[in-house]
Amino acid sequence: MLSQIRPAIVMIVLFTALTGIVYPLAITGVAQLALPTQANGSVIERDGTVVGSALIGQNFASDRYFHGRPSATTGPDPAEPSKSIDAPYNASNSMGSNLGPTSKKLVDRVNATIEAEFAAGRVDVVAADAATTSASGLDPHISPQFALAQAGAVAKARNLSESQVRAVVEANLEGRVLGVIGEPRVNVLLLNLALDRLH
Amino acid sequence: MTSIGLAQIAIVLLAVIVAAIPLGNYIATVLAGERNLLSPVLSPIERVFYRLAGVDPAREQNWLAYTMAMLAFSVVGFASLYALQRLQAYLPLNPQGFSGVPADLAFNTSMSFVTNTNWQNYGGESTMSHLTQMLGLTVHNFVSAATGLAMAFALVRGFSRAESPTIGNFWVDLTRSTLYVLLPLSIIVALALVALGVPQTLQGSIEATTLEGAKQMLAIGPVASQEAIKELGTNGGGFFNANSAHPFESPNALSNMLEIWALLVIPFATAFAFGHAVFDYRQGRAIAITMMIVLVAGVSVAYWAEAGGNPLLTEIGVDPSPGNMEGKEVRFGPAMSALFAASTTGTSCGAVNAMHDSFMPLGGLVPLFNMLMGSIAPGGVGAGLYGFLVLAIIAVFIAGLMVGRTPEYLGKKIETREMKLAMLAVLIYPLSVLAFTGVSVMLQTGLASLNNAGPHGLSEILYAFASATDNNGSAFAGLTGNTPWYNTTLGVAMLLGRFAFVIPVLAIAGAFAAKKKGAASVGTFPTHGPLFIGLLLGVIVVLYLLQYFPALALGPIVEHFALLAGKTF
Repeated sequence: MLSQIRPAIVMIVLFTALTGIVYPLAITGVAQLALPTQANGSVIERDGTVVGSALIGQNFASDRYFHGRPSATTGPDPAEPSKSIDAPYNASNSMGSNLGPTSKKLVDRVNATIEAEFAAGRVDVVAADAATTSASGLDPHISPQFALAQAGAVAKARNLSESQVRAVVEANLEGRVLGVIGEPRVNVLLLNLALDRLH
Repeated sequence: MTSIGLAQIAIVLLAVIVAAIPLGNYIATVLAGERNLLSPVLSPIERVFYRLAGVDPAREQNWLAYTMAMLAFSVVGFASLYALQRLQAYLPLNPQGFSGVPADLAFNTSMSFVTNTNWQNYGGESTMSHLTQMLGLTVHNFVSAATGLAMAFALVRGFSRAESPTIGNFWVDLTRSTLYVLLPLSIIVALALVALGVPQTLQGSIEATTLEGAKQMLAIGPVASQEAIKELGTNGGGFFNANSAHPFESPNALSNMLEIWALLVIPFATAFAFGHAVFDYRQGRAIAITMMIVLVAGVSVAYWAEAGGNPLLTEIGVDPSPGNMEGKEVRFGPAMSALFAASTTGTSCGAVNAMHDSFMPLGGLVPLFNMLMGSIAPGGVGAGLYGFLVLAIIAVFIAGLMVGRTPEYLGKKIETREMKLAMLAVLIYPLSVLAFTGVSVMLQTGLASLNNAGPHGLSEILYAFASATDNNGSAFAGLTGNTPWYNTTLGVAMLLGRFAFVIPVLAIAGAFAAKKKGAASVGTFPTHGPLFIGLLLGVIVVLYLLQYFPALALGPIVEHFALLAGKTF
């Protein structure tokens, strides 16, 4: 085995140089030159400020905006940084709830979400994505069903007609590529930006 | 289940097979040392590697020397990765200023990446500096996969050669697998991923002001380059904690399909490469078909289970028609989540695009059982093929017992020594999985990590040790693995699953290479037709169901019935 130590060390060094330095830097160089928007995170600016990424969901609590899905991400507790507290759409700490299908916590949490949405008059049917947390906690999308269900409440908060708001939702629907690939969805951030542009 | 969902699954699997056949021929030429279309560019680099390392590419090794070289490489890789993590605070390219990784976590992570497991007890965006991600994790994504491919070809040479004292040269196999197979494919896939939206930058994070005026820090980095090899090398270690569910790792349905394709294509290609290498295309095809049957069976069950929704939530008013959406992303939906789950555990990848912990009991059973079978449908890069060939040896042996003839596989007589080694290899898995799970459920420290109560809690622990032993790396991620107990025991399980399995395999390779190759006669059991495929499937089912049924009955199966009875925990 000792005679193999030299090749082992040299090979690790060489592969580190090739696959750990040259490869990622070369891909970075090409990506930055050829595809700068995507390579830098598909950032959206409004009036010179970065408002987010088209790919990453963000937390919406106001009645004036469409809400995204519940998010299970957490962040450090400001009072005691070793503990974590709920911090929806924390894009530095992606995670799902990891609650199993028979979890009592899951059923109670979903129940609470449904009650809150009904009480606020935001929905009439509960779309599956409206009541459940996503895998990343950063899901940028909601189903068309969930978006349309919210249209009335958003229209009311903005003093718009429901048909105006529904028209914005329709314009932001994304379908399947070639009718097969992907799922019908609405990007919540893009939808809310479009809504802000109405005024 | 919808016809569109089934069509999505069919499209990906078809694209895999269409690419795997020519890629298999290419891989066979690479590992036979032949010139190919990339030789003009790559052979000068290859020669530099050999010269600096002091390796004579023409000098082959016997099985023991081959094994020693592989172990030396793994030990050096482990040590350097451990040091890199511990010291990252003092090293450059650490824009978020992360401190050194604690000892038990660094041990677990080093073992995880050296064994091609990529079990992650850390959140990438909150623990590892860019330097650690690039120099440590990305490098091992390449070389641990190349090591797997090398070992598979050492075993293939055992079948293709006759009366040979050697089974190849580890350094040559390692170098050629990386340079000719993994690197070119990674470059293509990484750039395609960037085009589809995956970031590739050296920045640490972007600060955004949300529409409601809150601050949102978007963790970012050189994601695409790691993503490509993560899938192609069946590694599975994500740049971010949520892995391929994170929109920066997989922003849309096309990137998702590309990633599933990338994690399946080399393992299937390796089966075809095997046929090419033993000069009988049909042998490789029989193995690929068997792999595909197991994979499709798993996908079907998982998709069926996930598409129906969770009855406990349906009861309180949630629309069941989109399926069980807890822990799933809207852009993927249940069909692509089920295909990803079955593929990532059918290979030893372990990347996830949905949280397996939140799958329905029978949906989660699929990835769990895939791993308990040793991830053989189609298996990890290299690891899938050698795992499958061990099963083929056992299947042929059983067929031989039934008809009372000395069993032969590809003209090689299977005798006591080879059977003992094959059984030694397959028994390591249940030993590690069941023993560690059993001990963990008896310890307070083992149970304290659970996120779910009741049978699902047992599933979390069973899943963790199945994943580690199998060198998969996916998780029922509710389990808090970053504790001294799990960091250590899971690290040991990974070690056993990789090396205690592959050392007997390399010994089998040496034993077969030294044997004469018998000519096929009318009495030879053919190993390329439906009869053999059926036998192989039978062996897989009997072997693994018998080993694991009691544990599965106490976990996902009892949970399924509890769910039907409306019980929560």
